[in-house]
Amino acid sequence: MSLLIKGARLLGEDAADVYVEDGLIREVGSVSTTADETVDADGLVLLPGLVDLHTHLREPGREDAETVLTGSRAAAAGGFTSILAMANTTPVTDTAEAALRVWELGRDAGLVDVQPVGAVTRGLAGEELAELGLMARSRARVRVFSDDGRCVADARVMRRALEYVKAFGGVISQHSQDPALAPHAACCHEGQLSGELGLPGWPSIAEEVIVARDVMLARHTGSRVHVAHVSTAGSVEVVRWAKAQGIAVTAEVTPHHLLLTTDLLAGYDPTFKVNPPLRPAEDVEALRAALADGTIDAVATDHAPHARHDKEHAFVDAAFGMLGLETALSVVATVMVEGGLLDWAGVARVMSANPAAIAGLDGHGRALAVGEPANLALVDPSTSYVVDRGASLSLSRNNPWHGRSLTGRVVGTWLRGARTFGA
Amino acid sequence: MKKHLLSIDDVTADDIAALFETAAEMHDVQRREVKKLPALRGRTVINLFFEDSTRTRSSFEIAGKWLSADVINLSAKGSSTSKGESLRDTVLTVTAMGIDGLVMRHSASGAAQQVSEWIDVPVINAGDGTHEHPTQALLDAYTLTRRLGSLEGRHVVIVGDLTHSRVFRSNVKALTKLGARVTVVAPPTLMPSGIGTWSADAGFGTSYDLDAVLPTADAVMMLRVQKERMSGGYFPSPREYTVGYGLTRDRLGVLREGAPILHPGPMNRGLEISADAADAIDSMVLDQVSAGVAVRMAVLYHLLAGEDQK
Amino acid sequence: MSSPDTPAGDGRVVLDADDVSRALTRISHEILERNKGAEDLLLLGLHTRGVPLARRIAERIESVEGTSVAVGSLDVTMYRDDLRSHPTRAPHKTSLPAGGIDGKTVVLVDDVLYSGRTIRAALDALSDLGRPAAVRLAVLVDRGHRELPIRADHVGKNLPTARSEKVRVRLAETDGGDSVSIFGSPAGTAGGEVR
Repeated sequence: MSLLIKGARLLGEDAADVYVEDGLIREVGSVSTTADETVDADGLVLLPGLVDLHTHLREPGREDAETVLTGSRAAAAGGFTSILAMANTTPVTDTAEAALRVWELGRDAGLVDVQPVGAVTRGLAGEELAELGLMARSRARVRVFSDDGRCVADARVMRRALEYVKAFGGVISQHSQDPALAPHAACCHEGQLSGELGLPGWPSIAEEVIVARDVMLARHTGSRVHVAHVSTAGSVEVVRWAKAQGIAVTAEVTPHHLLLTTDLLAGYDPTFKVNPPLRPAEDVEALRAALADGTIDAVATDHAPHARHDKEHAFVDAAFGMLGLETALSVVATVMVEGGLLDWAGVARVMSANPAAIAGLDGHGRALAVGEPANLALVDPSTSYVVDRGASLSLSRNNPWHGRSLTGRVVGTWLRGARTFGA
Repeated sequence: MKKHLLSIDDVTADDIAALFETAAEMHDVQRREVKKLPALRGRTVINLFFEDSTRTRSSFEIAGKWLSADVINLSAKGSSTSKGESLRDTVLTVTAMGIDGLVMRHSASGAAQQVSEWIDVPVINAGDGTHEHPTQALLDAYTLTRRLGSLEGRHVVIVGDLTHSRVFRSNVKALTKLGARVTVVAPPTLMPSGIGTWSADAGFGTSYDLDAVLPTADAVMMLRVQKERMSGGYFPSPREYTVGYGLTRDRLGVLREGAPILHPGPMNRGLEISADAADAIDSMVLDQVSAGVAVRMAVLYHLLAGEDQK
Repeated sequence: MSSPDTPAGDGRVVLDADDVSRALTRISHEILERNKGAEDLLLLGLHTRGVPLARRIAERIESVEGTSVAVGSLDVTMYRDDLRSHPTRAPHKTSLPAGGIDGKTVVLVDDVLYSGRTIRAALDALSDLGRPAAVRLAVLVDRGHRELPIRADHVGKNLPTARSEKVRVRLAETDGGDSVSIFGSPAGTAGGEVR
């Protein structure tokens, strides 16, 4: 099986042909070899397959909202070749067996490399460490651990987790939310709007105090900490400072925090209920700048599908989260590339190379060079389209981008040379 | 008038004037032997209460019945959690019975607005979480208008747990719409988020100092301090709250002669309001209750009696 | 209540100010005669133009009898059977003398009697307000076309009209002068409240 992509602009730079055989890139440049499949990619941009550090696939437990298979389809449609599946399933991914199960489901689906994230604590309860080492040693090779959805709030537990994962090069991805300052009901950025709407406020400081504490714990333990879904300018400042100190901290931002703002909550539409909440425009600006200057390392979707009835509650009672896999690249292209903040090489860095490095995925996030695995995403950089939630490959429809016009779209995805999306 | 009454934002100053005019007539009906008008004959109104409230529910019930509507009370308490049936399913089931209007109380802010987007009939918000309670604000403003005449330029002071008060949120909108100058008073921990920019945008004043504000008040509205807030660390002790923000006997003396004192009830005597003040205003509080029926009759009439709204 | 809009075209004046005055005087005398005096009499004007008419009739009776006559106003908005075909509006004031209507001879006063529906609503309203000894009806103009078994006891002027025509009553108190006119209603422009 061979593939020839003709005339694509590699990382948005010079056009070249890319010839793929047996899952590897064999030739780059002007290729005369004929292939089983030839793709005319004139005017299109070729990127390494995207890597998502933060996906919720809901299987096992809530297969009515998403399965590993449907989530994989959505991921492939978004240009992803590897996704990290968060641990907050039912049961929780807090054992090697549970991790292996998710890994196998992903392999069976065969569209993206599904890499399970292990829970930091048993049952996400924040008290006792989960079997981090057994998950790491399993065939699933778990390296990223997170209680996402909940914060590892106890400083002692967080410290132990950071220390423990050093043995196998693991990283703790923290959902930074001080539960005393932002309890579970908190659902709207704390500010004038939350005051007027009478919604429980989720103050920026509840994120920032945890980010600040965790970078100090990382310094103290000499471990790696990853800040999931950074949402405030204050957190950005802390991360920037920590990096300057040489602390091993990395950070991700979601597409929605790069574009959507808190005022969308004015109509109490639970589609826009997400944790951490949408923030004001000043935070959005700071997050964009931080992604551009490298303070924030990666874009991660926090794709969080929910069955319709779980969103059709009163706002405070509705489930947190929004879809993101299929639209992530388009949002980043619209905000960062169109906005002049990143070039396509930069997109490849924050959506592929950096997340792969953070997650320790050897086969992803590689250069578009001879000998590398042919994990590829082909992008039409100039097409604009209006997002239609009905057209989603996800099982769920909690799509905050519905009706919004975005520029730049994935038109083809290949996992080790095999097409996983596109005609 | 708009189809729904979800917030004071839904009514203009002219709408409020029409509602008050109607309420005045309804007030007369309350004194009749036959307390019945046929305006809503054949119409069915459901009082859907996800949260207990004997006062508001019975006020709406009487209002509906005096207008000859068939009023059905449904308590949906406990079904408002994410574990149970979705709010949308609950409400669609209820409205599928063929109703003409929905009066709704819910512990979650915005619930009435969400419901109004799911169903066709007019929705009247009877209190949504810590967001709004528009009919309470209308009856408060109506009571004040009956007592003071026009509220244009009048200084109304609202005191208490603003953070958790839907009465405050609706009242500040209604009173400023009617031209009143409003000052809200609370300790910093009970001021809502963003009150600084909010008050500037909406044109009302804020203060931490009740004694500085009270002497110029034409009317005072004391808000209930919920018992559960006292242990929430919002203020150190009930005693300290009373000294700073209670309407004590001393403060009663500072108040202008004849300045009405309102309280949406139920009162915590001895906490936000002294026994003297409470007794001094008993008549006003009862005025508020009877005005409540008249104002709710007016709201039901204007939203449900006329031609089907678009 | 009369048409809120000025009908299109030139109206034909059928009663001028003097005619209106004479009609009211005659009605006043008829009421007195029928009631055998002014005792227990209550004149209840229907909004809008029935209210000043009731007041004028009361003045005439008072000047004849030398005693005061009770006058009130009645709003029937909430009792109308066509509530649902219009946007709602705030009701007018219903005001009754202190003694109420129980045992009184109530004379309903309105400007134009047409379909009879307003009077039906007024009768319903009255029954919610108490129990009069008798109810009578006085109108300035009866233009026919009844839709209910209702007739007036005292009529200022019987005015044969076509349904397509409009009758407009103007009174000094509400319109700056007294007159009754008929307007032809050309096809296609019919609208407003036809009386």
